[in-house]
Amino acid sequence: MAELHIEVRPGAYRDSVSLLEVSRAVASSPGVEDAIVAMGTPLNVDLMRELGFKLDQPSPNDLIIAIRAIDEEAIVNALASMAAEFVAIDQRARSASGDGQIAPPRSVGRAHDADLALISVPGTGAFAEAVDALEAGQSVMLFSDNVPIWQEIVLKELASSHDLIVMGPDCGTAVIGGIGLGFANVVKPGPIGIVAASGTGAQQVLALLDLAGVGITHCIGVGGRDLSKEVSARSTMSALAALAEDPDTKTIVLISKPPAAEVAELVRSRTASISKPVVLALLGEGSPDLTKATEDILKTIDVDPPHWPSWGEVSSLRATGKYLRGLYSGGTICDEAMVIAANLLGPIYSNIPLRPEWRHDPFTESNEHTFIDFGDDAMTVGRAHPMIDSTLRIERLRKEMADPSCGVIIMDVVLGYGADSDPAPALASAISDANILGRKTPVIISLIGSSGDPQGLNRQAELLSRVGAFVTVSNAIAVKLAISLIQMNEAS
Amino acid sequence: MSVLHGLLQNNNLKITTAGVPLLADALSDQLVPLSRVDWRPAVSGSQDALNRVMADGRRDGANSLALARMLAAGALLVDIRQAKDALGLGPRTFLHAGPPMIWERASGPMRGALLGGAIFEGISSDAESAEKILSSGGIDWEPCHHRDAVGPMAGVVTPSMWMFELLDPTTGNRSWCSLNEGLGKVLRYGAYSGEVIDRLHWMTEVLGPLLKLAVKRRYESPAGPIDVQAILAQMIQMGDEGHNRNRAGTLMFLRDLLPDLIESGAANSDVATSVRFMGGNDHFFLNLVMPACKLQAMAARDIPGSTVVTVMARNGTDFGVQVSGTGDTWYTGPAQTPVGLFLGSYTEKDANPDIGDSAITETAGVGGFAMAAAPAIVRFIGGTVPDALAATRRMYEITIGENVSRGIPVLEFRGSPTGIDVTRVIRTGILPQINTGMAGRIAGVGQVGAGLVNPPMECFEGAIQGLAQAAPPVG
Repeated sequence: MAELHIEVRPGAYRDSVSLLEVSRAVASSPGVEDAIVAMGTPLNVDLMRELGFKLDQPSPNDLIIAIRAIDEEAIVNALASMAAEFVAIDQRARSASGDGQIAPPRSVGRAHDADLALISVPGTGAFAEAVDALEAGQSVMLFSDNVPIWQEIVLKELASSHDLIVMGPDCGTAVIGGIGLGFANVVKPGPIGIVAASGTGAQQVLALLDLAGVGITHCIGVGGRDLSKEVSARSTMSALAALAEDPDTKTIVLISKPPAAEVAELVRSRTASISKPVVLALLGEGSPDLTKATEDILKTIDVDPPHWPSWGEVSSLRATGKYLRGLYSGGTICDEAMVIAANLLGPIYSNIPLRPEWRHDPFTESNEHTFIDFGDDAMTVGRAHPMIDSTLRIERLRKEMADPSCGVIIMDVVLGYGADSDPAPALASAISDANILGRKTPVIISLIGSSGDPQGLNRQAELLSRVGAFVTVSNAIAVKLAISLIQMNEAS
Repeated sequence: MSVLHGLLQNNNLKITTAGVPLLADALSDQLVPLSRVDWRPAVSGSQDALNRVMADGRRDGANSLALARMLAAGALLVDIRQAKDALGLGPRTFLHAGPPMIWERASGPMRGALLGGAIFEGISSDAESAEKILSSGGIDWEPCHHRDAVGPMAGVVTPSMWMFELLDPTTGNRSWCSLNEGLGKVLRYGAYSGEVIDRLHWMTEVLGPLLKLAVKRRYESPAGPIDVQAILAQMIQMGDEGHNRNRAGTLMFLRDLLPDLIESGAANSDVATSVRFMGGNDHFFLNLVMPACKLQAMAARDIPGSTVVTVMARNGTDFGVQVSGTGDTWYTGPAQTPVGLFLGSYTEKDANPDIGDSAITETAGVGGFAMAAAPAIVRFIGGTVPDALAATRRMYEITIGENVSRGIPVLEFRGSPTGIDVTRVIRTGILPQINTGMAGRIAGVGQVGAGLVNPPMECFEGAIQGLAQAAPPVG
């Protein structure tokens, strides 16, 4: 017994030629005996009745779908080929230029068929663009900073109602299905799924996992404010749900500064309902550093942490003054280093201070132990991020090497997509210039990079160690070494 | 479908980028399919208002509703009546194109058309006395749009003029427009010489009554009333864009009405003269396209939160727009002078700033928006075929949807861009593209050319502020 399918879609106008194409596609679907997809004009309705389809007189503005097939499965397949044909016709129209010239779209919502929008326009314009993307069905990675918190909340609520996610604002790093977005390291596929409220924090973990031979499924950025009381972990919750359901993700990692108390409870209860191991890598005083957190992650999948690679001779390093100076491009790893250093050395002055009384204007000379985050918003106004353009940082490096109170300098060099395509040579030449002038201040480098990064991890490390810098892939190891050099200097 | 629309399981992720080129380059390096947006900052001074409107949770749904209503609106020619009956115009009330205006600010062609109207109605015997009456408040006037009517160019409607009456069966709305007088020296371009007034009298005494008879016969026949919206859909596929080219539409209209004209019982000579008049004027159907478009725009009116433009109209001095979410508030700015080609020895010095309600066609997604459908006239308005295609493609950036019943052949039958979104105009800085005729600057001259024009950005800057004030508070 044949199956009949008759469907009336009021007001769904299509021109007759398109409908002939669609009818042909439906009729050629396996198991279909008769098929007419047409507007409900009297002529078409008569045709359908002659073929044995019973229907009341519809309006000529109604789209009628009439299919006879051997069984229900054939009907379902036929309807699928109909939908595909409609999509194909629309796509052909949208990509038609008439004269071969198509101007690029002027807004993300007009980039048809995109799944994800990477938005890095100036902060004032970011909100409108992100709303547009969400309304067009695209998830958003919002690289832009200076987005007010009320806008972040509106965006994340809108995303939830469309079952989409907003990564950001001020989200520097994400990896979705192996694609690096923003500043991202080249990583292998593997069992770890990451939710990160910190870009450089995520990059440190990505790089160390890679060097331990472990890959990831995805690294979902959520923006630095997501776990605040106001934003209430809206994107973190979506990201956790997505990774919980993702069959390839075996262990979930959440990288964040300690969340607001009520948000911590929210996150805890959500992670408790996930049947996979969830490792919280919290940043800040009293929490393990990112290297330790990575080692904890490796334990959940029974991988022994390797000996983290380094380049250079520790024994030859001697502090040339009393104070430690940190010149960072990544905010989170600067913060991580300051937490470790403050614990052992006391006050650390900074433009992103751990305590308000340690605030220091980064455009003035360093004061005792001083760390500068060159990626801080106030320092990137009108200029590129220091991961892209290291001019300011190198200028400061030269100054610090000439300062007799400076004992040791610690810096990060971040590799991966989006970052400076070859950062080591400029840095190395600044160090060797200083050396020629007789300045031997030790320079310790946290080289944040994976084995596959386009800049070449080994090459960058060797260029730097050749001029006497000590290079390690762990920021925690780097800062601990720097501290010990300062302490040895004090003791001697 | 799994969570986040399967974002994490998608092996063929398609990405769009706006902003720092370096980040897009990094994706290209990874061989990711990419669509790079040519992003520009929003119109200066409007960013805060824009953000408030973008945050209005009603907007997206309201605009979808506005589009659905615009696409569902029909337009049937149900009657032809005199303005005094159809619109209840008193003996000394005129209508005009565009937003409201006072005599002191009225442009040359607008003054000319009002003068001609006063002479035509027998209120004055000559221009001098007409001007005295008009400048001293002896005649009232208001925008056509205030009475759901539309008028091309000066758009002056006087009580005796015959009006096409169109019905939208979906909403029951009605809209009106006068009969087209032809090209050259005509009232709507501000001419008021003897031949202009004589023609208006002939149209009132012969053409109007004859058309009324034929339209009534057609209405009562088994075929039912003429479906203007259906002709509009067909003419877009026949080289018309419905604003500056209405040749195919005019011929189809004549084809539909001719049997009833012949059988109307009117004198053969009157039928012949009328058919010759209509057939000899490629713009005759414009005055049916306009009220059909007005019905579409009316269907989208008064939806709280909607940012869709429902009126664009000019009076020769000011350009005015209305927006669905703020009802009948006019947002105005100075009308611009069109750029294009001039008749005879006229130059741009002779051209008056933009005038007429005919931008209702662009409001409804035809005219300049369907320019790609009308390559035949691109040179007439001073462009090339690629310009025409680019113009239509650009309009997709500022509209909320596409009208698939108006497929544009050269764009693989992509529907014409429909429903101007104020937020998209402000975000992209792209102004609606309007095709238009040009009136002489001096009263009485008539048409001097045709070309392209845009509304002033002030209209949209005003509208975004109005929409922001009407939006719920945020932050």
